[in-house]
Amino acid sequence: MNGTYFLSLLIFSPLLGMILLAFVPKTQERTIKLFGFLSTLPPLLLSLFAFWEYLRGYHLEHLAEKHDWVRLADFPFLTESTYLIRYELNIDGFSLVMIVLTSLLATLAAAASIHIKKEWKGYFLLFLLLEIGMLGVFAAGNMILFFIFLEMTLVPMFFLVGKWGGFDRERAAYSYLLYNGLGSAILLIVILVLFARAGTSNLALLKEMLYNPVAQAQLIAPISGEMRLWLFVALLIAFGIKLPIVPFHRWMLRVHVEAPPSIVMLHAGVLLKIGAYGLIRFGIGLFPDQFRHFAFWIAVLGVINLLYGAFLAFVQKEFKMVLAYSSVSHMGIILIGLGALNEAGMQGAIFQAVSHGLIAAFMFLLVSILYERTNTTTIDRLGGLAKVMPLTAGCLLAGAMASLGLPGMSGFISEFTAFLGLFQTKPVVAAIGTLGIIMAAAYLLRAVLNMTFGPSMREDVQALDMSTVEAVPVFVLLALIVAVGVYPYMLAKPLQAAIEMMLNGLGG
Amino acid sequence: MSMHTLLQYNWSTMTPEFIILITALILSLADLWMPNDKNRRPLAWIAVVGVVLALIATAGLIPAKPVSILYDTFHLDSFSKAFKLLMLAGGMLCLLLALDYRPKEGLLHRGEFYYLLLCALLGAMIMASSGDLITMFVGLELLSVSSYILAGIRKTSAQANESALKYVINGGIATAITLFGMSYILGLTGTTNLKEMAAEVQKLADSNYQYLLALAFLMLLVGLSFKISSVPFHMWTPDVYQGAPTPVAAFLSVVSKTAGFVILLRLFIAIFAAAPAHGKDPSSLLLSMQNYIAVLAGLTMIIGNTVALRQRSVKRLFAYSSIAHAGYLLVGFAAMSWVMLDSIWFYLLAYVLMNVGAFAVIQRIADEADSDDISHFAGLYRRNPLLAVAMGIFLLSLAGIPGTAGFIGKLNIFLGALMTEPGHYVLATVMIATTVISYVYYFGVFVQIFFRPAGEAASVKLPVGLAITVVLCALGTLLFGIVPSLAYHVLAQFQHFGDFLQ
Repeated sequence: MNGTYFLSLLIFSPLLGMILLAFVPKTQERTIKLFGFLSTLPPLLLSLFAFWEYLRGYHLEHLAEKHDWVRLADFPFLTESTYLIRYELNIDGFSLVMIVLTSLLATLAAAASIHIKKEWKGYFLLFLLLEIGMLGVFAAGNMILFFIFLEMTLVPMFFLVGKWGGFDRERAAYSYLLYNGLGSAILLIVILVLFARAGTSNLALLKEMLYNPVAQAQLIAPISGEMRLWLFVALLIAFGIKLPIVPFHRWMLRVHVEAPPSIVMLHAGVLLKIGAYGLIRFGIGLFPDQFRHFAFWIAVLGVINLLYGAFLAFVQKEFKMVLAYSSVSHMGIILIGLGALNEAGMQGAIFQAVSHGLIAAFMFLLVSILYERTNTTTIDRLGGLAKVMPLTAGCLLAGAMASLGLPGMSGFISEFTAFLGLFQTKPVVAAIGTLGIIMAAAYLLRAVLNMTFGPSMREDVQALDMSTVEAVPVFVLLALIVAVGVYPYMLAKPLQAAIEMMLNGLGG
Repeated sequence: MSMHTLLQYNWSTMTPEFIILITALILSLADLWMPNDKNRRPLAWIAVVGVVLALIATAGLIPAKPVSILYDTFHLDSFSKAFKLLMLAGGMLCLLLALDYRPKEGLLHRGEFYYLLLCALLGAMIMASSGDLITMFVGLELLSVSSYILAGIRKTSAQANESALKYVINGGIATAITLFGMSYILGLTGTTNLKEMAAEVQKLADSNYQYLLALAFLMLLVGLSFKISSVPFHMWTPDVYQGAPTPVAAFLSVVSKTAGFVILLRLFIAIFAAAPAHGKDPSSLLLSMQNYIAVLAGLTMIIGNTVALRQRSVKRLFAYSSIAHAGYLLVGFAAMSWVMLDSIWFYLLAYVLMNVGAFAVIQRIADEADSDDISHFAGLYRRNPLLAVAMGIFLLSLAGIPGTAGFIGKLNIFLGALMTEPGHYVLATVMIATTVISYVYYFGVFVQIFFRPAGEAASVKLPVGLAITVVLCALGTLLFGIVPSLAYHVLAQFQHFGDFLQ
C-alpha cells in the first residue's frame, strides 16, 4: 500500500463526517445518528487495513509523514530544523494497536449513542472531534503534536460530559477540565523544557540527543541529570492524573458516573489509556534511567491503586461506581507491569491497556442498555435481571468474568503476564498485589450476582432484553475479549518489536 | 529650522501618521459643519477607510530601510513598523465596533467619538516610532487624554462618569510617576534623545549614579504598568472597562496595551540594556533588574486570574482577563530571550484578534440588555449558533487551547522563558498554573452560552460593523492558530528586529 498521507487520512477522516453532518437539519434524529455512526467507519476500516497489512509484514516506517509547520525562532546561528515544529506522524506496532482499539471503540460507542436524547447534531460533531483527537495522540511523531491532539480531546469531552451527562454533569465536566488541564499543563512544561533545550520535540531525535554522546553536543543548552529527574517526576504526575494514579483519581470517578455511557466507553476505553501510552512512550522512551530508578515506587503505586480501587469498589452501592473503582484498580495493573522492568511486565501492561479498554467499553455498553430500561444503576434496585433480561444479564456476568481475569478471557492474559513480570523482580510487592485479584473477584461477583440473581425489586418496569441493534456491538466486543484471551498472539505479535525496543532502552 | 531643512526630511516615512491625522481632521471638520440632527454614523466609515489606508501605507513601508528623521526623534525601524501594524489593525476593528455602538441612553457626541479614537491611535503610533523622551511623552499623553474623554463620553451615565474619573486620577498619578522616572534619566544623562542617552549611560559604570538609574528603572516600570494594566497599576481596569463604552474598553484593552508594551520595550531596551550593571558584572542593568519584572509578571498573572474567578459582570471578567494577559506578555519581556520581541509581537497579534472579537460579542449582548451580567449570555447557542461558535473560538484562544492563535502565542512565550540559561522555571510554572485557573472562568462563559437555557427566545442579529469584526477576528484567530507561519513570515521580514538599536 502507498503510505503517503495514509495516517493523515486515517486521523482526519471523521472530519468528512463532520462536514456532512453540518448539512443535516438538526431535528432529523435518525439521519444524524446514522451519519454519526457511518462517519466512524472510515477510520475503523483504514486502521483495520493497516493492522492487517502489518500482520502480513508491512513495514510501518513507510507510513511516516513529515511536513514543516511553524518555526518559532529563526536565527542565523541555529540550524535549519532547530525550533521547527513539524507536523509529523509515525506509528509502530504499539500505537497501531491503540489506533485500532480507538477506532473500534469509537464505532461501537457511536452505535451505543442511540440512547442519546437531545441535540444529536452537536453531540456527534463533538464525538467525531474527540475521535480525531484520540487517533492523533497515538500517531503523533513529536511531543508538541501529541500535546495538541491531547488538548483536542479536552474540549469535546468537557462539552460531552457537561451537556449530555447525568444530574451532576457540570461539576463532573469541570473536574475533568481542571484535573486534565493541570495534567496537560505539567506535560507542556516538560515538553517545552525539552524543546527549548534540544531545539526539537521529535521523539527519535530527542532520544538520540539525550543518550548519544555525539548527538548530545547538538543540544542548545545542557539537560543535566537532576533536571532529567525532575522532568521524569513531572511526566509521572502529568500522566498519573490522566491514568489516574490514586491521589489524582477523583475526577475520573465523577466522569464515570455522570458522563453518558457511550462517552464513558471512550473515556475508560481510550482516554485513560493515553496516560499509560504517554508514560510508556515518553517516560520509558526518554528517561529510561530515571524510570529504572523509580521502578520500585511505580510498582508500589500500582499495588496501592489496585488495592485501593478494589476495596472501595467492594463497598459501592452504585454499579457505575463499582466499575469506576474497578477501573482505578485495573490501571494499577498497568503500573505493576511497568514497574516490573522486564519483558513480561511490559507486555502485561500493554495487554492490560488494550484488554481493559475492551472490557470497560463492554461493561458500559451494558450499563447504557440497562439504564435505558430501568433508569437506575443502583445495585439493590436492579435485582433479578436474569429473569427479565437474560441476555443482558448473561453478558454482564461474562464481562465480570473477563474483568476479574478468568482464563480464556483477555483480562487473564494481562493480569497473568503483568504479575509474572513483577514476581520475577519484586516478589514481595507482587505478593501483596495478588490480594487485589482476589478482591476483584469478590466485588465484581457481589455486584453482578446481586443484579442478576438477587431478589427482584423492579417489577414495575417493563424490562425488555436488548434489541438487535444493541446486541451487535455487545457481541462484537465479547468476541474480541474472548479472542484476545484465547489467542493472545494476535496482540503479542504486533507489539513484539515495540516492546523489545523499549526494553533495549531500559537496558535489558 | 529653515524651510530648506524642513523640506529635506524624508516625510514619506510618516505617511501612516499623516493619513490618520488628515482623517481625524476631516472628521472633526465634517462634524463641525454637519447639521446637528444629521446622523453621524457615516463618519465612522470614513474613519475606517482612513485606518485601512494607513494600514496599507505601513505595510508598504515594510521593505524600507530604517530611517530616522527630525533630529532622531522619529524612527521608522522594523520594531515601529511591526507594532504599528498591530495598532492599526486593532484600531480598525475597534472603529468597526464603534460604528454599531448604540447605548440605551443614546450617544450625544458621536462625531467626537470617532475622531478621538483616531487621535488616540495617532498617539499610540507616535509612541511606536519615537526616538526621544519628549515625543514619547507627547504620544503617551495624546493617547491617554483622548482615552480619558472616550471613557467618559456617555455623559448621562453615572457609571461612566465614575469610571472616567477613576481613569483620569489613576492615569494622572501614573503619568507623574513615569515623568519622575524620566527626570532621573534626564538628570543623569543631560539629554532626552534615546540614542544619546544610551551612549551616556554607558559612562556611568561603577559610579553611585547607577542607583539613581535603577530607581529610574523602577519608577518607569511602575508608571508604565498603568498603560498595560499590570500590577501595581491595574485597579482602574475593571471599573473603566465596565463604565466605558464597549468599543472604548476594547480599544483600551488592545491598542492602549500594545502602545504600553511598545513604550516599555523601546525605553527599557534603548536605555537600560545599554547601561552596565553595578560592579564588575558585565551584564546590563536591564538584565540585573530582570527579577523585578518577573515578580510583576507573576503577581499580575496571579491577581488577574484569581480575581476573575469571582466576577459576575462580563466586562469586569474581561478586564481581569486583560490584566492576566498583560502578565503573560510580561513573562515574554522578563525572560529576555532572543525571541522576546517576536513572542510579544505574536502574542499581541493573537490578543488583538481574540479580544476585540470577544468584545464585539459582549457589546452585542451586554449593551442590548443594558447590563453586563454573565447570565445574559445564557442560551446564546440557541439564539445565534454562529455567534456562539465565534465566541467559543475567542474563549478557547484566550484560554490558550491548541488550534487557535492564543495557543501559538503562549507556546512562544513559554519557549522564550525556558530557552534562556538558566530557564525561568518558576515564572513558566506560574504562567501554566494560572492558565489552568483561567480555564474556570473562560469555560464558565461557555457553560452560559452552551449549557444554560435561553432566558429570552428572540434570536440575536448582528449589525454590519459587528458582523465584520466578529468574522475577521474569528477567521484570524483560527488562521494564525492553524497556519501560524503566515505571521512568522511577516516577522521574518523584520529579521527579529535586528535594526532595533541602530
